[in-house]
Amino acid sequence: MRFHAEPIDFIRQPGQGAPIWRGRAADGEDLLRYAISVHRHAGRLCALWGSDERLSDAVLRLHCVFALDEGWQWLSLDLPPDNPVYPDLSGVFAAANRMQRAAYDLVGIRHDGADQRPWLRHGGWPADWFPLRHDAGEMPANDNQPTDYDFLPVGGEGAHEIPVGPIHAGIIEPGHFRFSVIGERVLRLEQRLGYQHKGTECRLASADIFTGAKLVGRVSGDSTCAFAWAYADAVEAACGIAPPPRALSLRALLLERERIANHLGDLGMLGNDAAFAFGLTQFFRLKEDWVRLNAQLFGHRFLMDTILPGGTACDVDAAGLAAIVAQCDSIGREVKELQHIYDEHAGLQDRFLTTGPIDTALVHELSLSGMAARATGLLLDARCHRQGYVPPPPYDKLAVRPAADERGDVAARVAVRFAEIYESLRLLRLLAVGMPSGETCVVMEPKPGGAGLGVVEGWRGEVLVGVQLDASGKIARCHPHDPSWQAWPALEHAVLKDIVPDFPLINKSFNLSYSGQDT
Amino acid sequence: MIPLLKRIFKTGIVSEPSPDTGDAKRELDQLGDEILRILGRALTIRQVDAGSCNACELEIHALNNPYYNLEGCGIKFVASPRHADMLLVTGPVTKNMENALKIAYDCTPDPKLVVAVGDCGCGCGEVGALFGPNYATCGAVENVIPVDVRIPGCPPTPTALMQGILAAIKTR
Repeated sequence: MRFHAEPIDFIRQPGQGAPIWRGRAADGEDLLRYAISVHRHAGRLCALWGSDERLSDAVLRLHCVFALDEGWQWLSLDLPPDNPVYPDLSGVFAAANRMQRAAYDLVGIRHDGADQRPWLRHGGWPADWFPLRHDAGEMPANDNQPTDYDFLPVGGEGAHEIPVGPIHAGIIEPGHFRFSVIGERVLRLEQRLGYQHKGTECRLASADIFTGAKLVGRVSGDSTCAFAWAYADAVEAACGIAPPPRALSLRALLLERERIANHLGDLGMLGNDAAFAFGLTQFFRLKEDWVRLNAQLFGHRFLMDTILPGGTACDVDAAGLAAIVAQCDSIGREVKELQHIYDEHAGLQDRFLTTGPIDTALVHELSLSGMAARATGLLLDARCHRQGYVPPPPYDKLAVRPAADERGDVAARVAVRFAEIYESLRLLRLLAVGMPSGETCVVMEPKPGGAGLGVVEGWRGEVLVGVQLDASGKIARCHPHDPSWQAWPALEHAVLKDIVPDFPLINKSFNLSYSGQDT
Repeated sequence: MIPLLKRIFKTGIVSEPSPDTGDAKRELDQLGDEILRILGRALTIRQVDAGSCNACELEIHALNNPYYNLEGCGIKFVASPRHADMLLVTGPVTKNMENALKIAYDCTPDPKLVVAVGDCGCGCGEVGALFGPNYATCGAVENVIPVDVRIPGCPPTPTALMQGILAAIKTR
C-alpha cells in the first residue's frame, strides 16, 4: 500500500491492534520527502528511535513512526555504520528535535541539522560511547561531572533567568526549567530533561518477553496499563498471536480505570494549585476509593503487571464486575457534584480561564496527541472512529465519543478531563456488562526475528511501543514512547502569555511524565 | 458556596487511625507527642525523586489524602531540604540525578534521616534487580548517600510508607 502517492510500499502489520503499516525508505531523501508529505496531509511524527542491526544486516537503523488519518506508518531507514547520518527532520516536525538528539546519545546515529546538543546524556557516560550498540561493552571510566548546556539566552534590559530544578519544590519528578523573564512576564521557557534516564531500553535488550513486560510497565508508573498493553500488542504482532476476546475487554477495563484514576488525581491537584484545597481533599478521597477497588479486584493499586503478552494476568468474576458498576455509579454522582462546585467557583475559574493557552495550529506543528490536543478542539483519539479509521477491538464496538473543548486553556483541559471521566465510566459499565466469557490468556511462543508496533490511547495521549525480537526469541530492541515527548514542547509555548506564578497550574493541567520521556 | 459547604458536611471526617508499626498500638496514638518529644517540633520531609517511574510519587501523594491524613500526625512535606528533618528518596538513583541528590543531602541540616522508598530505591526484589546499577544508574539510594530506613514495595502502599516513616522516627 502507498500513502499519498509517495514511492514507499507499506505492508499492513498483522494482528488485532491498531492499524499499522511497515515500510522502508530507500534513502534519506526518500524519508524526508515522505515526512513532508505526511506533514502536508495534517499527519504527525509519533516516535523516532535508532537501533543497531550490524549483527544481522550490517547497518544501523533509524525508525520513524508517522500517523495519518488511516493509522500509523512505521518507516525504517538503513544507515551505513561508518557514517550513520540522516536528514534532520526537525524542520518538518519540530517534535523530531529531542528524539533525534536522544537517538544519538543512545545509538550514535546522527542527524545533519544544527542542534547537536546532547539530550539524555548529561555527563553520566562518555560522549563517544553509545550504550545501545551491541558491542558497547562495559562503560569506560567516567567521573559523571555535570556538563554545560547551551540554553538559548534572552537579552535586553531587565531580562533575567530563573533556573528551576532538577529537584522541584514538591512531590514531583526531576527536570530543569529555565525561565527567561522580565518582571513576572515569561518571555521564554526552555526545558532540559533526561534526569530520570535509567537506561530502560538497555535493560530491555536481551530480556525475555515477560521480563520486558515488567520493564515497559514501569516506563511511566501512572500509565502502566497503556504501556503494558502497547507492548503486548507489539509482541503479539511480532509473534503472530491473537489474545482472546475476554483479555481485550479486560485490558480496556484496566486502561479506562487507569484513565479515571489519573484524571481524578489531577483534578484535585489542579484545584490545589489554584489554592482550592477543598478540591484536592475531595478528589483524592475519590481516587483513593478508586485505587482501593483496583487492589481488591486486581491485586495492585495502579494495576501494574496485570497486562501481559498473550492476554492478562488477572481476571474478574461477576461479583467483581458488579462492584465496578456500583462504583461507577457512586463516583460518577460525586464527580458531577464536584464539577458543579468547580464550575460555580469564581476564584477557581478566574485562575483556569485563558491561562496557558495552546491552539490547534500549535498542536499540529508539535505532533501533539491526547488529552491536551483534544482540549484545543481536535477530535483525535485512537479509541474513536473517524473518517477512514476503525479503532482496534474492543473499542470498535464501544462507539467511544472523543471529549473536546476548543478553548485550549487550563479550563479546557479541566473540562476535557471531566468529560473523559464520564465517558470512561460509561465504557466501564459497557465493558462490565458485555464481558465475553472464555480464556484470559493464550500461551506465548516467541517468534525469532519477529517485529511489531503497538499503539494505545493512554490517559495522557498516544503510547507507542516498538519491539524487535532476536534469533533466540528474546528482545533485540524495544522502544517505549511516551506522549510526553511531544507535549513537553507544547508546555514551553503554553506559558508564554502568562506570569511565572501561573506555571505550576499550567504544568499540572498537562501533568506530563518525566520518566516516560527520559526512560 | 452552599453546595461546597454541604459537600464538606456530607463527607465528614474519613481519616483512618495510623497504621501499626509492630509495636503497641497505644504508642501510636501518642505519635504526635512522640514526634514533639524527639524533634521538639513537627517532622518535616523533603521528598527527592532521584529516578523513579513516578508510581512511588503517586503513593507518597496519597499520604496527604484524607484517609491517611499524614499531616494529622504532625508530619509535613516541605519545599527545601534546608527545611527538612528527613529525606524521602525514590528511584534507582540515575547518573543524571546523582549530583543533585548529593547536594540535597548536604543541604539537609543534621541530625537528618534518610528513607529509601520502593524496590528500586532499596535495591531489593525483582524490580530492584531489574533496575539495578547500569551505565545510567547507581542503583539503590544507599549507593549514593547513607540510608537509615528502607521501605520496599513496587510501589510501597501508603500504609507501608507511614510505617516506614514512623520506624525512622523511632530510630532517633
